[in-house]
Amino acid sequence: MTKNFPFSAIVGQEQMKMAMILTAIDPTIGGVLVFGDRGTGKSTAVRALAALLPKISVIAQCPINSEFKKDVPSWAGIKEIETIMRETPVVDLPLGVSEDRVTGALDIERALTKGEKAFQPGLLARANRGYLYIDEVNLLEDHIVDLLLDVAQSGENLVEREGLSIRHAARFVLVGSGNPEEGELRPQLLDRFGLSVEVKSPNNIDERVAVIERRDSFDQNPDSFIEEWLSEEMKIRHAIIAARTTLKSVSSGTDILRDCANLCITLGADGLRGELTLLRAGRALAAFQGAQALERSHLKEIAPLALSHRLRRDPLDEAGSGARVERVLTDVLK
Amino acid sequence: MNAGSEIWVQVIAALHLLKTDPAGLKGAIFRVRAGPVRDSLAKEIRKLAGPVTRLHPNMSDEQLFGGIDVVATLQSGNLRTTKGLFERQGWFELTMAERCDLYTAARISQALDQRQIFPLIVFDEGIDDEKLPDSLKERLAFYFDMSELAYSDTDFPDIDAFSEKSQPIQTSQTDVPTLVLLANEFGISSARAPQLALAAAKANAMGNHRRELSAEDLEIAVELVYPSRATRIPQESTPEEPVPEQETQPEQNQNQDASDQDGNDNIELPNELLVNAIRALLPDNFLESLNSASPRIGTSGVGFGSQTKSKTRGRPRPPRLGRINGQNRIDIVSTLRSAAPLQTIRKQNTHDAQAVIIYPDDIHVKQYESRSERVVIFTVDASGSAALARLSEAKGAVELLLAQAYARRDFVALIAFRNVGSELLLPPTRSLVQTKRRLAELPGGGGTPMANGLRTAGALAIKSASQGKTPLIVVLTDGRANITLEGMPDRALALEQSGNIGRWISSLGFKSVVLDVGNRSNPALAKVARDMNSVYFPLPRADAHRISETIGAELDR
Repeated sequence: MTKNFPFSAIVGQEQMKMAMILTAIDPTIGGVLVFGDRGTGKSTAVRALAALLPKISVIAQCPINSEFKKDVPSWAGIKEIETIMRETPVVDLPLGVSEDRVTGALDIERALTKGEKAFQPGLLARANRGYLYIDEVNLLEDHIVDLLLDVAQSGENLVEREGLSIRHAARFVLVGSGNPEEGELRPQLLDRFGLSVEVKSPNNIDERVAVIERRDSFDQNPDSFIEEWLSEEMKIRHAIIAARTTLKSVSSGTDILRDCANLCITLGADGLRGELTLLRAGRALAAFQGAQALERSHLKEIAPLALSHRLRRDPLDEAGSGARVERVLTDVLK
Repeated sequence: MNAGSEIWVQVIAALHLLKTDPAGLKGAIFRVRAGPVRDSLAKEIRKLAGPVTRLHPNMSDEQLFGGIDVVATLQSGNLRTTKGLFERQGWFELTMAERCDLYTAARISQALDQRQIFPLIVFDEGIDDEKLPDSLKERLAFYFDMSELAYSDTDFPDIDAFSEKSQPIQTSQTDVPTLVLLANEFGISSARAPQLALAAAKANAMGNHRRELSAEDLEIAVELVYPSRATRIPQESTPEEPVPEQETQPEQNQNQDASDQDGNDNIELPNELLVNAIRALLPDNFLESLNSASPRIGTSGVGFGSQTKSKTRGRPRPPRLGRINGQNRIDIVSTLRSAAPLQTIRKQNTHDAQAVIIYPDDIHVKQYESRSERVVIFTVDASGSAALARLSEAKGAVELLLAQAYARRDFVALIAFRNVGSELLLPPTRSLVQTKRRLAELPGGGGTPMANGLRTAGALAIKSASQGKTPLIVVLTDGRANITLEGMPDRALALEQSGNIGRWISSLGFKSVVLDVGNRSNPALAKVARDMNSVYFPLPRADAHRISETIGAELDR
């Protein structure tokens, strides 16, 4: 097991870090899509996330990380109910993955040796209540993408094969990263991501020097580097936990809801998912910053992340959708 | 010492560095085709590496990542898995890397990030513009173009064996800033480059039993790591030129935090030397390649189009029930899955407790999907007569189509004809980012060498068809052809030649659409369209959306 670079030690890339923290505060925001050049720390950030997330309570041995006894699937065959704390799962979906491994399939060992029809859970089961990370998401096989879309929409994984008929909860935050030069993402999949972030290499020399220096001292001695950043990590973790509790009490008045709707209409974002994400992400941000109510300043900060990937693409617009969002923001939220 | 043996010395040095710090440097790419030079290189690698695990671009995921070992599973009655090649230890070698599609490259890149498949030696055997995917080039420290090397160049005494990685190397305060500044000067934006250079410098110091980085270490490191990644040559200090933003920043930063970067003043001197060292190593044609259609050398990506070159196997799809007919391949794992639950029942009728009983109904066969992707070849008249406005409409249409390309599974290519010839501006691609960059640079003006444009389109169509794609040629022109294939002005001959080329295209059986974008429809162009056996649309004052709708309708027909 390779050690992960601490999240708080990542230099710059504030938007990306913010997006990930927000999904940790409110998983219903949906996933995060990180698109950008090579060597900008995309995968580093996602892998660092695992260490940052607060622990969750699960029933021991439960293949889908259930919190309560009633959620444990019967096929798991768990008799003793014991609740333990464990890290939030961050499951890697490798590119070469087979459909069997994603959805789960017949347990071939038990079938061959004992003649039993048993279900062997897949990655979707393991990712339940956690994160599912797809690196190079734009290169994922089409049939796996279809499958993910279906599960992400319903929150449930349905396996109907080899005489098995299994369903189990599969609610996860989808995190994808990729390089747009290698191909575009399908609009349907794009829409599943709540927030999207575009990362660029920092063009400030100090930042770049800091990137290399921190990476270097991490490579030299990972343990002491992680130790060194532990207090920073804990700070973020506590802030996440605090924000989770205050999230419900963050008020959002009619005016601010109007602003959300106005933004989305002006931008011509498809569907209502834009408004919902904007609202949820805005509230999460307000909670993270310790504010009592959702305000325009929060919307301004979060709108580019929540909306830029939902616009009808206008290829003739050289500036890109990020700039369009900014323009509309200044217009609408005068 | 000539240029060839200089490269060879660097190659050997790089191999030793790799052996010293495989985790930090990851690997090296050698652009070299089979021959004596490659043999000598292989010999050197074997000397350092011992047994090497070989990868090739067409390996299946099962080979790479491991899977169920059917024979052992059946023999033992327990689930046995094979180890994938990625699980192995030691040096790895990827041959014929230019055949690597984006999918395989992505798998290998991920393995480089997360597993221990280094050092990875990559042999790029590409000819001309064949090249390996950038995701690999980005991750591996070294890149050597050895295509110009002669065998005699490789006859060079060995350098002393390096010592293994031992004590940590101290870096001074200026080392990292120097590397970052240099990367910036050469327009290298990735953070991996300075990281790799730092690792290389440290490996060199280690090999020479030093505890601190010396100027020589840095020099060797940047010489090995930066030249292949450079995207621009730093300007010689010319005071009147407006200096790019990045280059002015060091001074600002010095002022801002002079306290923690007090060593910055000392950077200047070695910096200048290093810049010159790298500059000397840039390939001779570097400037030309910067000015060509490709906006950023080395980082422009292979494009989605070329990945289908070796589409003999197709992407695997879920296995299906089927029969053995001698042609399809049996998917053993799913066949077993299907048979497994019934074994207890089936075994009641036999005495052999060990055997797995499989009925014909259980047989699943492997399925591959080799979809025939379409390539829409835009052949755009960029002449003076077609006017610049038309050109921008055509550009718009290309981008609109591309925006829908993912859903349609189409590739888009762009050919422009103007002056006396035609040019392939964009090889088949599905990347919006790349297209935008290329389109922005499309120039206009000059004569109308229509025959030449059609010929280029036909040639590209043949090439695409040979790669298993279905080409559709879309011609946007006003049809006022006035330049012959030979590049001479002759209106009558130019039209006649266009007709001939048109007949050639139609004889090859390619579908085509001719869009007349002139202000009035042109009968001569309609005739060429008939020769091409293509659909003719007069589209005066068509905008990007109408053009893309027309083509879209044609595609769906």
